[in-house]
Amino acid sequence: MIRKDMLSIKKLETIAKDTFLIVLASNISVDDVAPGQFIHIRIGQGNAHLLRRPISIADVDQANQLLTIIFKSVGEGTTQLSKQKVGDQVDALLPCGTAYPIAGLTMHSALLIGGGIGVPPLYYLAKQLVAKGIKVTAILGFQNKEHVFYEQEFQALGDVYIATNDGSYGYQGFVTDVYQQVQPDFDCYFSCGPTAMLKSVTSTLEDKQGYISLEERMGCGVGACFACVVPSHDGGYRKICQQGPVFPAKEVALS
Amino acid sequence: MNLSVSLPGLSLKNPVMPASGCFGFGMEYSKFYDLEQLGAIIIKAATEEMRYGNATPRVAETTVGMLNAIGLQNPGVLNIIEKEVPPLAAYNTPIIANVAGSTIEEYELVAEKLGNTEQIAALELNISCPNVKEGGVQFGTDPDLAYEVTKRVKAQSSVPVYVKLSPNVTDIVTIAKAVAAAGADGLSMINTLTGMQINLQSRRPILANQVGGLSGPTIKPIAIRMIYQVREALDIPIIGMGGITCAEDVLEFLLAGANAVAVGTANFTNPFICPEIITALPDTLAKYGFNSLQDAIGKGHAHETTNLSRA
Repeated sequence: MIRKDMLSIKKLETIAKDTFLIVLASNISVDDVAPGQFIHIRIGQGNAHLLRRPISIADVDQANQLLTIIFKSVGEGTTQLSKQKVGDQVDALLPCGTAYPIAGLTMHSALLIGGGIGVPPLYYLAKQLVAKGIKVTAILGFQNKEHVFYEQEFQALGDVYIATNDGSYGYQGFVTDVYQQVQPDFDCYFSCGPTAMLKSVTSTLEDKQGYISLEERMGCGVGACFACVVPSHDGGYRKICQQGPVFPAKEVALS
Repeated sequence: MNLSVSLPGLSLKNPVMPASGCFGFGMEYSKFYDLEQLGAIIIKAATEEMRYGNATPRVAETTVGMLNAIGLQNPGVLNIIEKEVPPLAAYNTPIIANVAGSTIEEYELVAEKLGNTEQIAALELNISCPNVKEGGVQFGTDPDLAYEVTKRVKAQSSVPVYVKLSPNVTDIVTIAKAVAAAGADGLSMINTLTGMQINLQSRRPILANQVGGLSGPTIKPIAIRMIYQVREALDIPIIGMGGITCAEDVLEFLLAGANAVAVGTANFTNPFICPEIITALPDTLAKYGFNSLQDAIGKGHAHETTNLSRA
């Protein structure tokens, strides 16, 4: 059940250019947080920042009630979040949105395709998949070498291919270029990243079963305000914060 | 302390209700608290057919405020009546339905359908949405059109009609007088102000719709001023809204002349804001020397009357 929680910052570090990792501790169990879900964070107090920031969950430590988030400082809110200190409190709604539906899927191998700040939710997913005995291959795309993060963490779980737009690290090009070169075997794919990348991924992997996770500017984060919607192929729409952010690849129409 | 207030069609246990568009059809917030705590609930705007609304991004944070350009997305009036209203009706909290449209005929049809829905206590006539190309705010910025749509919707509605006014006008009192003359049972004010925010890096407006409605604490002084002006001119019930985030804000609206209040943007910042304000209200009223909610209404006016509400 979604709740408001005051989380305390246990660790805050810079892990790549403009990219920050924060470990948050809860006073209550976080066992219900599943891969693909996000937390909706209030920035500061008072009325300076009225809209919460949706940040995906990169890892969960159930035993110690810890959540890891990884985000980029792209505006005022995320910059302020990146300047918090260990011990500071963070007001968050959690867990928000849907998770990758791994419990209901039968597969032997999975392909994870992440782009930039879409990489973090795939990490907790990879851990859960590996724990179920599923082979994981990850193709991760970044702007350039300075932005690359979590390569080693993913390597500990399976094969990893890194792509950078400028070729300054790993393969040069987009994640779909790497896919064409590597042609990994897999039963189901999971992808998170910019909409342009997801469009390219879903069209490249059109014949495969897959799930994508969408990003959008959000209002309430709980499905009430209709700020973050995406058209669906059934002629209707889906609310990304509530009915997503994870969708079957063929359910939503990306523009 | 007695927080109750009676308005046409509405017997409220307290004056605080979530504003239309900021609370969906209510059930999302039922996961956070018991909706029976609320004075009333104003549900999201209904149009005749399902509307998809505008392209995304639809929201942007501004200095002490936010812009939205949702564009009246909703599943259509019949779906709302069949699917959205029944779960909400399980709570002992009056439901106010927001009525929108592109033409007077659409307003009439939606009002007739919602007004005849047993669980709907009152209508809020939305002639002030700034985010749709047709209808919406054009009815709210022209006194003759405002009069016409109010009169025709009143004729179709079997429940009281509160007309939601746009602040995007030169003289709010003229519009308020026009809808009052057309038979409005009350006013709801204010809707958002039109605004724009440009991203410095992309050099483009952040909202896909370019223009959006500005809300949040940044517009509160405008709302207070407009309610004050209308209260000076008219003795008509007013549901006040515009940037309310705390019980002190509620008192300010009451002093300006509002009989009840709606909370919008603040629900996004804090999903518990409405019950928190309701809990804080008795102490806040007492602190400023009031013995009841009713006691405070209109007391910001120099030449106060004993009872400015029609209740």
